[in-house]
Amino acid sequence: MKNTKCGCGHNNPVGTILCEYCGKPLQEEENTDRPLEMRYEGKARRSQTQKRTVLDRVWNFFSSVKVAIYLIVITLLASILGTVFPQEGQIPSGRPDVYYAQEYGFWGDLYYQLGLSDMYSSWWYISLLAMIGISLVICSLDRVVPLYQALRRQKVTKNTAFITRQRASRTLQVSEEEKDPLLDRLAESLSKKRYNIRREGDSILAEKGRFSRWGPYINHIGLIIFLLGTLMRLIPGWHLDEAVYVREGETKKLPELNYYVKNEKAIAELYDEKENRQQASKDQPIVKKYETQVVLYEKDPETDQLERVESGPILVNEPLKYKDLLLYQADFQPNQTEAIRLSVKDKETDEKLGSFWIDLYDPEMNYEVKDGVEVQIMDYFPDFVMDGNRPTTKSEVPNRPAFIFKVTSPEEEKAEKSWMIAGTDLDDLHRDNRYKMELEKLKTVNMSGLMVRIDKSLPIIFLGLGIFMVGLSIGLFWYHRRVWIRWKEGTLYLGAHTNKNWFGLRRELEQATAAADLPFSFSPEKR
Amino acid sequence: MEQLMEYSLLATFFLYLIAGVTFVAAMTGKGTEEEKEAHVVRWGRRGLIFAMIGAVLHVVFTVTRIFLSGHFPTSNMFEFTAFLCFAIVAAFIVIFSIYRTVALGAFVMPLAVIMLAYASVFPREVKPLIPALQSHWLGIHVTTAALGEGALAVGFVAGLIYLIRWADSHPNSRTAAYLEVVMAVILMVVAFVVLSFTFSGLDYHASFKHTVDEQEVVQEYSMPPIVGPSGGEAIQVQPFLGMERPLFDAPAWMEGEKAANKLNTVLWSVFSGLVLYGLLRLILRKRIYESMVPMVKNMDMELMDEISYRAIAIGYPVFTLGALIFAMIWAHEAWGRFWGWDPKEVWALITWLFYSAYLHLRLSRGWHGLKSSWMAVGGFVIIMLNLIAINLVLAGLHSYA
Repeated sequence: MKNTKCGCGHNNPVGTILCEYCGKPLQEEENTDRPLEMRYEGKARRSQTQKRTVLDRVWNFFSSVKVAIYLIVITLLASILGTVFPQEGQIPSGRPDVYYAQEYGFWGDLYYQLGLSDMYSSWWYISLLAMIGISLVICSLDRVVPLYQALRRQKVTKNTAFITRQRASRTLQVSEEEKDPLLDRLAESLSKKRYNIRREGDSILAEKGRFSRWGPYINHIGLIIFLLGTLMRLIPGWHLDEAVYVREGETKKLPELNYYVKNEKAIAELYDEKENRQQASKDQPIVKKYETQVVLYEKDPETDQLERVESGPILVNEPLKYKDLLLYQADFQPNQTEAIRLSVKDKETDEKLGSFWIDLYDPEMNYEVKDGVEVQIMDYFPDFVMDGNRPTTKSEVPNRPAFIFKVTSPEEEKAEKSWMIAGTDLDDLHRDNRYKMELEKLKTVNMSGLMVRIDKSLPIIFLGLGIFMVGLSIGLFWYHRRVWIRWKEGTLYLGAHTNKNWFGLRRELEQATAAADLPFSFSPEKR
Repeated sequence: MEQLMEYSLLATFFLYLIAGVTFVAAMTGKGTEEEKEAHVVRWGRRGLIFAMIGAVLHVVFTVTRIFLSGHFPTSNMFEFTAFLCFAIVAAFIVIFSIYRTVALGAFVMPLAVIMLAYASVFPREVKPLIPALQSHWLGIHVTTAALGEGALAVGFVAGLIYLIRWADSHPNSRTAAYLEVVMAVILMVVAFVVLSFTFSGLDYHASFKHTVDEQEVVQEYSMPPIVGPSGGEAIQVQPFLGMERPLFDAPAWMEGEKAANKLNTVLWSVFSGLVLYGLLRLILRKRIYESMVPMVKNMDMELMDEISYRAIAIGYPVFTLGALIFAMIWAHEAWGRFWGWDPKEVWALITWLFYSAYLHLRLSRGWHGLKSSWMAVGGFVIIMLNLIAINLVLAGLHSYA
């Protein structure tokens, strides 16, 4: 075991760099005048003293700032990878397995196969972030405890080698008679610079801004709270991320919730020419606002009645808030066909028999037209597409409605079958039919896409970020400055240390020493 | 009103230019040591006055633009880049008031000039805001992020000065070689700005049609086509120095809407940057950084290292607040999630991680001087990548330009 007993008689733990008692450098060869390593006050940290159990090993691994930096750099490089192609959440397709190969060729496919297209929620990326979190906790604990102890138990009288090997230091021959008035003057001028002064015999310790040393630990606590906040979203019920599309006039249940939302009106407004002065030359209009006026209902679990709880407009940047629930304007689809009006014509008499509305979202099956002529929907494909030889539907949204009708009439023995596909002319197919169906009218409404969000961990997340900012400001905008002065055997030693802004410290020392009639220059070249 | 805006921007540009020239003049005085020192102080003060008048006019420009448009001018590439230029000048004035280092101005002000010129390449007209940007956070989030980046840019300049000083005493080092590469890249940006203005001055146009996803699209070129769209067909190409058709076609996988045009612009910038670099080498008869050595010869390296660190220590919290925290609050209000791994968000995170690594390396691993200065340069490269490449190449929620 290494001998860590200092010349002053103090026993230091293994790993100590500067004697805990007098500050004498312990671990280096003597007779150098390189500035001292002042980090963590030269105290031994837990990671340097305990090296036995598995827990110690884990602790030592995560307590290393080197490891922390590696984790940061690896996360940084990995994050870059994820921006090469858009992530799955940002592609305009629900089929990532096809999309990447189609859009970006071989590399796109590889990107998808390697899982990089959804890498920010991959296990390895999350573990990287988790490891940074662990490292934050352990690094901070490993350092803040010894630092706190060292700063609290500071001794005023320091070893002269400790003073002369500070980055800013001076020595001067001062006789025994001169020393007391000089030390008084120095103490006073430093005190005027708002230093806390401690005196002990022929030594002075002047210190200010110690609280800035806690900045890094405060900001790490903030980051830990932030990371915990993001983890809490995994608690059931704390996080919800859904979307609903609601047509004007429609009331829809919100997914996974006992709420219903009614779209009263959805509008999109364009800038007029006066507001958009550049508009005259260009033909693309700019949207001024998207707005959905909604009413929110809560379902009473006993009576099954909808109870109105909130109402108001939803705009982009202005969500509707009710308790924890937030509704956002996310999408706007104008002029969606909601219903169509069909007319039925008798080709033999060239007479219009009548017409009827079909609700495309919830069509009735039978329609009585006139004189016993009846139209029956045999099959309905809201979003028609051919899958090989078989007609099918892509979705439940009537983007391209198609019908198979059966028309029965007392005058015809056999029922007639006819097709209708939006945007397709099928007259040839029905040449032999007696009854002809024609599209007479469309009923269109605007449709709003609303995001449905609940995020109960938000206050924790923003609290963490707030603490982080406070810690960051304390640590980076303030600084910890200390000046050690000691008279010993006809020589005055003066040394100073700061954790940042040496320029400011040197200027302050020059002003303070000048005020004490001891004009020292602390500029680094004149060391 | 509109004229006031235009003129104040123009005046800002020239004042930054004059300030830059004055700072350079301050650093290249002749005579004895004392005469030189007096020269530096005198001309340094003049340079600062010019820079400050420029900054005031920049504020006038910003305020008139707010009156004209009704929103804070940070809604497109021109407005943001111009504001970033202002942030750099503002950060410089703050740092100068602490350290009084004139040499810093000789580098920061030219950077501001390049920045403002780069901004002016983009469309400058006042446009009304799309709904997604209609929020007071547009002003708060973007300006705070830009102010942070301005301070980080000053950190970069101080690091650059440190490297020039260091390379001066180690001319055969890798640092000297890479420093020259940095200079060449800066010249490429300059070349891009000059080319954009030249060709728009000549009113140059070319257009091509090609098919993307079975749809015919037309690409407008504002620079003569070195490279045409893959499988594209010229609609109209103004001849330029005998160039009437693209020299070659873009590779087939570059089929994005404007990919070929962007590649063309990049090629033009790289080639002209290299030509500019070659010309400068021929005229100066030494490496570019070497010609800057006289301006920084008297700078204390330890002080430069500290200024670089100080500027970054100021910029980092401001950047964090603006580019991450305010961004999260706005994202929560606008999109219903505070973080969505949008490319721009990820690159803000990357920038933040990089400077976090910088701080840890410096504070805990003792990376000072050379390594630290290179990291200051690297950080600024990431910011510029974010500004130029991510906005223009990778499309995301943030590409409003």
